[in-house]
Order: sequence, then structure tokens, then C-alpha cells
Amino acid sequence: MLEGTVVLIVKAIVIFAVMLQLVPVVLLGERKLLGRFQSRIGPNRVGPYGAMQPIADVLKLLSKEAFTPAAAVPWMMAIAPVISVTTAVATMAIIPFGPYDVWGGGFGLYGIDVSIGILYFFAFGSLAFYGLVLGGWASGSKYSFLGAMRAAAQLISYEVALGLSLLGVAMTAGSMSLVDIVESQDGIWFVVPQFVGFLIFMVAGFAETNRAPFDLPEGDAEIVGGYNTEFGGMRFGSFFMAEYMEILIISGIAAACFLGGWHGPGPSELAPLWMLLKIMAGAVLFIWVRASLPRLRYDQLMSFGWKILLPLATLNVLVTAIVLVVT
Amino acid sequence: MGAVYRVFGETLRGLKTTLGRVAEGHHVIQYPEEKTPVYPRFRGRHKQHRFEDTGLEKCVGCSLCAAACPAKCIRVVAAENTPGNQVSAGERYAAVYEINMTRCIFCGYCEVACPFDAITMGNDYELSDYHRSDLIFTKEMLLADPPEHTPLRREGE
Repeated sequence: MLEGTVVLIVKAIVIFAVMLQLVPVVLLGERKLLGRFQSRIGPNRVGPYGAMQPIADVLKLLSKEAFTPAAAVPWMMAIAPVISVTTAVATMAIIPFGPYDVWGGGFGLYGIDVSIGILYFFAFGSLAFYGLVLGGWASGSKYSFLGAMRAAAQLISYEVALGLSLLGVAMTAGSMSLVDIVESQDGIWFVVPQFVGFLIFMVAGFAETNRAPFDLPEGDAEIVGGYNTEFGGMRFGSFFMAEYMEILIISGIAAACFLGGWHGPGPSELAPLWMLLKIMAGAVLFIWVRASLPRLRYDQLMSFGWKILLPLATLNVLVTAIVLVVT
Repeated sequence: MGAVYRVFGETLRGLKTTLGRVAEGHHVIQYPEEKTPVYPRFRGRHKQHRFEDTGLEKCVGCSLCAAACPAKCIRVVAAENTPGNQVSAGERYAAVYEINMTRCIFCGYCEVACPFDAITMGNDYELSDYHRSDLIFTKEMLLADPPEHTPLRREGE
């Protein structure tokens, strides 16, 4: 009994540490890759190839003043970044890095294996929206409020398409647990039969994380900072960190559900390596799209989500259901 | 529905364009280790000249440059050459010659106005300093070479 608890605690610490260390890697990789996509190099002064740049960024954020506007609600401003980070970190628990007992010791390389894995991911994704909305409203400024309202509408619109695209995967695998979904991709990765679902998931994933081309809620040129205008110092750093963790999580879920999870050539002990490689590939895709595509205007964004993505996702589920019943 | 497919194709074309930028490499000149070479007629920091053979200064203190300067940043005080102290080739020389670099607009009119080719615009543009008083360049500073060498564009580049 105690051994199970110790294993659980160690797994929690290790997963949290690994994903937290990946966030500065993605941060630095984004700046360097964005530079490369724009015919320049990213930061290269702070350390060798700019490797100490994330440390410099964190130190800068830590030393800034956390200013609270007069019309703000201080306690809500304090807990809004906490909600964002907590929901992002909680979703990390279900991303499977390896099957049960692959390294011996009687545990799987994931935090927990809930039988409703996909639903758990959606629950926390929906809760993450509270962090944005409360943060924007509690700031007491018009830009923040507008940004928060837009972010809220965008998030809840694209969550429906996200859910329907994963529904196709759940039907094909016959289970909602992420570990079962990965294990049922032994033969063929779900990106091949569920190609449309994969595309819909990635597009809705961009919208869920408020990343380009759907980053109007936090677009610098349009509404200053949107919901995170009034947050200073480490509060802004928390929102920032939560956003990059969401990138890794969406990549992780996409890798687990569509790209075969931990399956890869070589011995099965290399399972987490393949998973990490796929997550990094997803992050590179996020950065590549950010460097290439212009921002969608808000009405274009909403009409795209409801009028194009949702019917496509429904059609995908319908066709998948018919094919599964017929064969 | 056809428009959606076309837009999707255009999106992929955009992604291919940025990937092409990665493939063709960056065009970054790493200042201060590498500097962009300047053109021959680039108007940088002024230089005062001497005659090569005798070593006498070319400037005679006529202050035509001060008259031509639109920003009025050159200050010339002339003095007579004595047989014991022969500084320039003619009868008089510039005892005080100062250019206020915080006011200079680097137009090059002083170079055009000088009848003796005593002052020209060189290539140096790295003129930052800590105190405004240090930025009033005296004759000695203008006669000397600049501390850092700015690369010059070769012919035909």
C-alpha cells in the first residue's frame, strides 16, 4: 500500500519536472525557430546558441512589479494565473509515455490511467478557460475585459470541434482511456484512418491554446495584451508558462491519440523517447504555423469554428460510425 | 465547400514558404564581431589631414567650413604662424578647431566648402560616449585615426 503511494508520488514529481523542463526548451526553440523561419537567427548572445535565454527571461519576470489596478479585484487577480497553471499541470497526468511494466517495477510511464482519459482532458481544458475569464474581468480594465470575453467565446466554440474529433478516435479504439487508445494503435496509427479528425484536432488545438492564427485574445497589435494586459511580473509569467504547457499537452494528446503514442522502431524500453520526439514535432508544428499564417479576425474566427469546423467534425464522426458498423 | 479546399491549399503554400526560408539560411551580420562594409562616399566622422611630405597641417583656419555648416557646430579660432611655430603651410593656422558631434548632422558641406582638402568625412560611425563634453571633438582627435576600423566596400561589390 505504501509502495503504491511512493511510486505515485515519484511519478508525479518526475512527470511534473520533465514537462516543466520542456517549457523553457519550447520557449527557446520558439524564438530560435521563429528567427529561422524569418531568415534570421534567434537569440544567440546569452549562452551558447542562446541556451541561457529562458533563464534570463524568468529572472526578468521575477524582478518586475506586480501592479494591481485600482478598479481590480485583487484576490481574483491572484488566483487567475493559479487556475490556468493548475489545470494545465493536471492534464499532464494522463499523457502516456510508456506502457505498463515496460521498465519493470510494476508501474506504467504515466501519472494515472483513468478509464475516461479523453473526458478528463476536456474537463480540465474547460476549467482552464476560467483562468482567462477571471483574469480578464478581475483586471478592471476595458482591454482586459474585451480580451477575456473574446477568449472565452473562442475557447468554448472550438472545444466542441475538439471533442468531436477525439470522438472518432474513441470509437475506433473502443475505449476512452488514453493508454488503451495508444495500445490499439499497434498496427496502424490513427492518423491514417482518422486523417480529417487529426486535422480538426490540430486546428481546434491551435484555437484552444490561443496560439496563432487564433491569438486575437492576446494579440499585441489589436488589443494590447488582451486578458493579460494588467498582469505584471511572475503573474504574467504564470499565464505564459500555462500557454506553453498547453502547447505541450495538445501535442501530447495528439501524439497519443493520432500519432501512435509510444510506438516506434527499436526496443520497447525506448517508449518515452518516441513520445517525447512526437511531442516536440507537435511543438515545432505549432511554431511553424505561428511563423506562417496571419491572425484571423474575430468574426472570421467564430464563423470558421461554427460553420466549417463543427459540420466537418460531425461528418467525420458520422462517417467513422458508419464505417465501423459496416465493417 | 470548394473555397475551403482552396484556402487549405493556400495555407499549405504559406507553410512551404516559411520552410523555404529555413532552407535558404539566415542573412545576419553579427555586430560587433562583423560589420557591414560602408560605401566609399559614406559620411562618417570627420578627419583632418596633413601634407604627407612635410607633415604640416593642411588646415589654415579660414573657417569656410564653419560658415557652410548648417548646424553651426564648427568653431574655428585662427592664429598666425610664427617662424618658431610653423603648424600649417600658409600664414595662419587653426589654433582652436572644434566640432560639436552632438550637433553635427553629417551632411558633408564642410568637406565640400574646404578649399584645401583639409577636412574630409571618413568612415567611422561608432561615436558613442558617456559625457556630452567628451563629444566636442578637438583638432587633435580629428587629426588622429579613429580607434576602430570600419571596413570599406571593395570596388564592384
